Amino acid sequence: MKRQPLYGLMAEFHSAEELLEAAKNTYEAGYRRLDAYSPFPIEGLADTIGFSRTRLPVLVLLGGLFGCCGGFFLQWWPNVIGYPLNVGGKPYDSWPAFIPITFEMTILCASLTATFGMLALNGLPAPYHPTFNVPRFAQATKDRFFLMIMAEDPKFDPEQTRQFLAELNPREVSEVES
Amino acid sequence: MNDIDALRPKLDRLQRGFLLIGVLGLAACAFGAYSNWTLFLRSYLIGYIFWLEIALGCFAILMLHHMVGGKWGFIIRRSLEAGSRTFPLLALLFIPLLLGHSDKGLYPAVTGSSFKAFYLSPDFFTGRVVFYFAAWMTLAFFLNRWSSQQDTGTTDGLLHRFQALCGPGILIYGFTITFAAIDWVMALEPNFFSTIFGMIFIIMPALAAMAFVIIVTMLLAKRKPVSDVATPLKFNDLGNLLLTFVMLWAYLSFSQFLIIWAGNLQDEIPWYTVRATGGWTWVAMFIILFHFAVPFILLLNRPVKRNMKALAAVGGALIVMGWIDLYWFIVPSFYPLGPRFHWTDFVTPIGIGGFWLAFFVRALKSKPLLPLHDPRFEGVVQHG
Repeated sequence: MKRQPLYGLMAEFHSAEELLEAAKNTYEAGYRRLDAYSPFPIEGLADTIGFSRTRLPVLVLLGGLFGCCGGFFLQWWPNVIGYPLNVGGKPYDSWPAFIPITFEMTILCASLTATFGMLALNGLPAPYHPTFNVPRFAQATKDRFFLMIMAEDPKFDPEQTRQFLAELNPREVSEVES
Repeated sequence: MNDIDALRPKLDRLQRGFLLIGVLGLAACAFGAYSNWTLFLRSYLIGYIFWLEIALGCFAILMLHHMVGGKWGFIIRRSLEAGSRTFPLLALLFIPLLLGHSDKGLYPAVTGSSFKAFYLSPDFFTGRVVFYFAAWMTLAFFLNRWSSQQDTGTTDGLLHRFQALCGPGILIYGFTITFAAIDWVMALEPNFFSTIFGMIFIIMPALAAMAFVIIVTMLLAKRKPVSDVATPLKFNDLGNLLLTFVMLWAYLSFSQFLIIWAGNLQDEIPWYTVRATGGWTWVAMFIILFHFAVPFILLLNRPVKRNMKALAAVGGALIVMGWIDLYWFIVPSFYPLGPRFHWTDFVTPIGIGGFWLAFFVRALKSKPLLPLHDPRFEGVVQHG
């Protein structure tokens, strides 16, 4: 069987503290293309592996503003320009009446942007991911913690990196085939 | 780790300082009452409800936390409890309003033979005041007592008892504060009625109290033991709750306005036409801008919520805006043309506030500054 090219090296840990410590050391050693997996969110882990904030909040804000302006215009145009109708002697541009729909449209567009923007930015749904080639990785949803150094990291070297990970006292280091 | 002895001298000094301010402030109030009873009563009503709101908000958020749990309550629990222990003082400070509530300059409907006059008659009015405070004090008493029991390590069945009390407690709170808002504020304008009014008076205290405990926590976080657990993530949670309350306040306030504006009925609409015309226009604009728009945008930003000083600054501004909001609720009933200030408007909140804060500090320092042995908070210290 032909050997697949390497996707990265993965180290397995017993606890959140160990993973956090290992991630810190790895980042300090100069590795930048990292990923970490745990059964629950760990405070500070994302910062430790140099995970910067995404552009999603800005997208959601733009989506919300679009919904806000669009929702207001959707009511203002027919009521004032298109088909003006006298309701209870109130002015045509009675803005208080437009606010509920404007608010709803803001929320709708912001949340749709959040959902689909998230999917667009993180590449989900992903039917195939190399990490699942490691059989023990299934434990990441239960009680194990994993740290991955990807092969595309400029500092990555199959031998040296393996040795480096072994020094972090993991339970096991596995090769991840892509 | 939960030792407050290092902080005690500082808290003692703070308590004495507040007490001094309170005594001087209330002495000035007494002079104001002597020189013009009606004007004093109007000012006292605003100052009193302003501080009562903070105490009620602490009490309500405390009950809410006992019902829904969550790690956000860990760091503010003792401040909330201390706030809920100030009801005896507030009951005492209600006396001027009991004496003055039959003054026609305050509640115009007290005379006459209508049902409204009967509703505001001295016996019935006093009876309701006694009932509200009895309910709040009883609930707060048990919450604080069981919390102290929990500190000693007995946790058997306490969580169930907390929940069994707080479920009905929140219901009782909702009813009592709705009626209190009708009795003390809505009755200023006998023809006005709004069913959302009570809801607004449920959310205003929660907003003021959340802002208040954020400031207290920021101050306590300068020293141990609170500094050990005051992580940016905890303030992020508190900031999110503050944002929720700001939005809920805006939502309810706007709902009331929209319904009355759309209905355009003779009995209700003057309440808003007075408050949105003449000199009051600018106050209304200022409230929309600084009680909603600006804090809303600031609190959307994560850096603001994670920086406790910035968050406390927003909280302080919201407390001041809460006072202005209350002023805008109450004073147009007396001066429809525009804001008019009397010197007691500023002295009463300081006098009542001095006493209230002294009591708050006294309650705060009588217990460990962080709750011990609450099973819901296990692991909070380690994992943030």
